[in-house]
Amino acid sequence: MSDKHSKHKSKYTADRMIPGAFEGETVTRRRFMTGSAHTAGAIAAGAFTLPALGFAIGPIFKKTPHTWQTVGVASQFSEDNYMPVVVTLTPGIGEAGTSTAYVRKFNPKIDTDAADRDSKYIAISSRCAHLGCPVRWVDAAERFICPCHGGVYDLLGRRVGGPPVRPLDRFYTRVEGENVQIGPRFSVNSELHRFSPRDPGEPLDGIGQYLYPSRPTERKL
Amino acid sequence: MPKLPKLPAPPLPAALQAPPPRPGEGNGKAGPLDLGKEAGITVVDWVDERTSLSSAGRWLLFRKVPKGTNWFYTLGSATMFAFLSQAVTGVFLAMYYRPDPAGGAYESIRHVTNEVFLGQFVRGMHKWGSSVMVILIFLHMGRTFFFGAYKYPRELNWVIGVVLLILTMVMSFTGYLLPFDQRAYWATIVGVNINGTGPLIGPYLSDFLRGGGEFGATTLSRFYAIHMLLIPGLLAALIGFHLYLVAKLGTTAPPWSKAKERQELLEAEV
Repeated sequence: MSDKHSKHKSKYTADRMIPGAFEGETVTRRRFMTGSAHTAGAIAAGAFTLPALGFAIGPIFKKTPHTWQTVGVASQFSEDNYMPVVVTLTPGIGEAGTSTAYVRKFNPKIDTDAADRDSKYIAISSRCAHLGCPVRWVDAAERFICPCHGGVYDLLGRRVGGPPVRPLDRFYTRVEGENVQIGPRFSVNSELHRFSPRDPGEPLDGIGQYLYPSRPTERKL
Repeated sequence: MPKLPKLPAPPLPAALQAPPPRPGEGNGKAGPLDLGKEAGITVVDWVDERTSLSSAGRWLLFRKVPKGTNWFYTLGSATMFAFLSQAVTGVFLAMYYRPDPAGGAYESIRHVTNEVFLGQFVRGMHKWGSSVMVILIFLHMGRTFFFGAYKYPRELNWVIGVVLLILTMVMSFTGYLLPFDQRAYWATIVGVNINGTGPLIGPYLSDFLRGGGEFGATTLSRFYAIHMLLIPGLLAALIGFHLYLVAKLGTTAPPWSKAKERQELLEAEV
């Protein structure tokens, strides 16, 4: 035994008379075996838990392709009244994947917001900004009215009553020849400034846009 | 006429009497009838000799209960039986249900309700039983609260009970979508969006529930898997632990029953 080893006595084996132990051992065999068994168990459990977990939360980070769908021809829409059209949000699951959008022509008298100037059509989502029920355009009242909790919106989709936290969402629109097409959805705050799409119930004024982050895969449109 | 005392029957002649058992023979050899009579005991003994389960059973079932125990103390087991009813009816409903959002789910529920023998009854038990379970769990919680039964050393059982309440709520929420009619669909849209209103993690939570940004093809099967695989397993395991703690710690006396005054000790102190 060298001087070096006798100076640094192991706290695990010193004076414990463990058979086979030698001076300078830093860990007992029992401790080493226990640790190995636990590590092997943890690796085995992790090997099926982590992929399963990733599998379950994967859809959050899935990128959904943006599609444009034709909803009518130019002559069908007017400048001062909405026409309901059916848009497919999720293909392949029938009615459950569809939603209604309200479309009208761009009207320079009421659509004064700078961002709207480029679009020839205004398409408003029927998804209530409170909790997602379908709002209905009531022509006589010139209001969008939600049947669930009494949300009311004006002609531009801005909240005028009830619990909604922001105006109604909108869709991008474009004209392909004669066809009017509807594209991805976007959200607006109470000044009609555009934001990446949010779910209902998530305010966008003030600190709201930071408290309710948009989907990472849809952040840049 | 006065009743006459019954006379004893005359003894049989010795030749017709069965011979008395010889010392060491007992009552003779056990016939097949005797074996049949004792089959239950034999099986239980065989299992018990190898598992010692009977002592566990006695420990669980034959407990001392405090004076004043009343009908309110049955709300917990009532909730458990509501859960068992949900589990059994749910297993059999799963034999007919198809989690297909393109019309198959609604069609399979319609088939169960209108065409399957006793289908409406079993589905009705599951549907109404879910409300019964929620009501019972709240009554049980109220009993625990007003009787002070959540206090030391039973705090952990209260915590487990709250987790069980939340899991029951998750069961109600996920089960509500499965009939896939208009009410189910819009209630789920609203419910998922309520989850989304939680700051910072809310949007991710609603995406997790929907399995994507929009209500999609996987949403229904996801809710179905949560409803019939994930949560029931957790519920059963936690109910087991909840019961273990009840058996281990015992139940509390009602708050109105007074502890016995210790007279002798008081006199000794004077």
